[in-house]
Amino acid sequence: MCPQTNKPAAYDPQPPRPEWGIRPPTRKTGSLKLPILEASPPRWVVIPIEQCLGVSARAIVTPGQHVLTGEPIAQADSVTGTDPGPKLHASISGEVIGIENNMVPGTSAHREPCIVIRSDGKDETYSEYKNLGDPLQMDAGKICTLIAEAGIVGLGGALFSTAAKLQNSSGIRMLILNGAECEPYITCDEMLLRERARKVARGAQIMMRALGAPDTVIAIESDMPEARVAIYDAIEELGDDRIHESVVTAKYPAGGERQIIQLVMGEEVPEGALQNDIGYVCHNVATAAAIAEFFDEGRPLISRIVTVTGGGIETARNVDVRIGTIMADLFELIGGYYDVSSHLIMGGPMMGVCLPNDELPVTKATNCLIIMKSRELSPPRQEMPCIRCGECNQVCPAQLLPQELLTASKQHDMEALDTLGLNACIECGCCDYVCPSYIPLTAQFTSTKLEFRAHESGMQRAAHARERYEARASRLQQEQAERDKQLQEQVDAVSGTDSIDAVMKRVASRDKKP
Amino acid sequence: MLLAVLVMGGLAVLIAAALGLATSWLSADGNDAVEQINALLPQTQCGQCGFPGCRPYAEALAAGTANINQCPPGGDATIKALGRLLGKKPVAPDPAYGLQKPQCVAVITENACIGCALCLEACPVDAILGAAHFMHTVISAECTGCKLCVAPCPVDCIDLKNLA
Repeated sequence: MCPQTNKPAAYDPQPPRPEWGIRPPTRKTGSLKLPILEASPPRWVVIPIEQCLGVSARAIVTPGQHVLTGEPIAQADSVTGTDPGPKLHASISGEVIGIENNMVPGTSAHREPCIVIRSDGKDETYSEYKNLGDPLQMDAGKICTLIAEAGIVGLGGALFSTAAKLQNSSGIRMLILNGAECEPYITCDEMLLRERARKVARGAQIMMRALGAPDTVIAIESDMPEARVAIYDAIEELGDDRIHESVVTAKYPAGGERQIIQLVMGEEVPEGALQNDIGYVCHNVATAAAIAEFFDEGRPLISRIVTVTGGGIETARNVDVRIGTIMADLFELIGGYYDVSSHLIMGGPMMGVCLPNDELPVTKATNCLIIMKSRELSPPRQEMPCIRCGECNQVCPAQLLPQELLTASKQHDMEALDTLGLNACIECGCCDYVCPSYIPLTAQFTSTKLEFRAHESGMQRAAHARERYEARASRLQQEQAERDKQLQEQVDAVSGTDSIDAVMKRVASRDKKP
Repeated sequence: MLLAVLVMGGLAVLIAAALGLATSWLSADGNDAVEQINALLPQTQCGQCGFPGCRPYAEALAAGTANINQCPPGGDATIKALGRLLGKKPVAPDPAYGLQKPQCVAVITENACIGCALCLEACPVDAILGAAHFMHTVISAECTGCKLCVAPCPVDCIDLKNLA
């Protein structure tokens, strides 16, 4: 499966329209009217320490310490054991006033340790990262170490350590930079490509160097003509003919990792396999831009572009905002709320999460904040029985059968769920969107996945216990056999010599002697 | 007429022979069935089913001398899986054998342990570490929560704690 050759793969500049997926109203124009606003440093920031997927991190500053903008304040553990864990940096200069448990945005808004910094108003920059040298002359290991040093993680929202992903990819034939922002409302990657396409292309060069990949394709959607022109110009300017672009149909969820590979390269990532097993690796365009910023400007990942949009905000636009800024401060900066709003959503309306309030910090995962008015939401509807229309089967990007999965998950039939490929579900919500009976399929699959995982770990536990039980049984048997053998030897030793009468006679004669 | 009878008769004999051979070669091995059943059991080795471990219960199930609802740790999921394998209708767990409890592990209160080594003997999966006159401890990753170590302990220093 793993290709040994580093032969460039063929990409499709105008991939065919996918059969799966949906076309919800995009509602992107609102936030595309104004250029990216460079937000001024806030008065204080709350930076969650754990901002790298799957690993824990620890603070390396103490309360009372003075930090500069871009100074490391926390270090995450290694993801795979061989890569350096990404760092976290102060996004403003000032005093660390505490490391405390704070509410952080996430699927279940919960408390996590955060570093709180109060600004000194100077925004002085940490100078250690200036003049790193030309990344295109560095070896791959050095680039990966520096990317971890810069705290760069997957900015598409997954927060997976970029250094770990680069280091563990081998035999890559094509680096795919994912700029297909398929969810409604979100425009941060599109604005990034329009205004900072050069950084994306430059980041692509550095990533190709780290991966040893021969080519890069930047994938964008067909409804981003300005971005397309910007990328074209940036590639021309850099004069690098290894960077290409591919325009995919604007259809949700074309921006999923497996989906974009399928569209651009015409190859499907097999179930259970990873993308680099077939020679591709996907990174978000914002991640590439962050890498370029670090190597060229010495600026670690201390800010990101956030789309602030929705009917409940005065002006919708993209803001380049420091990590750790409180959302309420961010909204105030761009004009505040328009009216009483009903929902605050982080991420897109399809896969995002609803936040309880606006007193939460912006993290590296915050790509979009939607302040929704009730009229933007579809009204809650009564769930009705499945009529087996098959709409969900047609839209599923993973080519699963959601209606069959629903039946199996309601019956807790783990075997059937496994056969139907529950784990391949990307929880995109397409099946919910088209369901005429308003069945919340995705929510059901999310909870069933947890159950399925528990079942699988139970099976593993059972197999392990069984192994140990059998090992013990065979050990006991062996011990018993040894004991039996010893006993038999003793019996044999005695029985071969004297009869009991002879022994009695000898004992009697010994007693008489003295 | 004669030819037809001969052909049909010949075919009948041939097919009968083939079927006969197939049954002797391809018959479900008794052991095979036991293995398959055993794979569905939770392997806690707790003996709550009335048999001294999961495998003996699997053997009894294969022989048809036990019911599929005798395994409390497995609960409904195991009953369903066994029912599917053995072609039986899923039934409610039999409360006579105990109730399904959440996954738990044994924990030894170490300052009460006298090092008698009785629990080491009782553990079906060798999950207790210790030696005579030395303190014992449970390797929680290996413990199946079968409760078999609780009864032999002369000082009652073993408790079962729920996982998570």
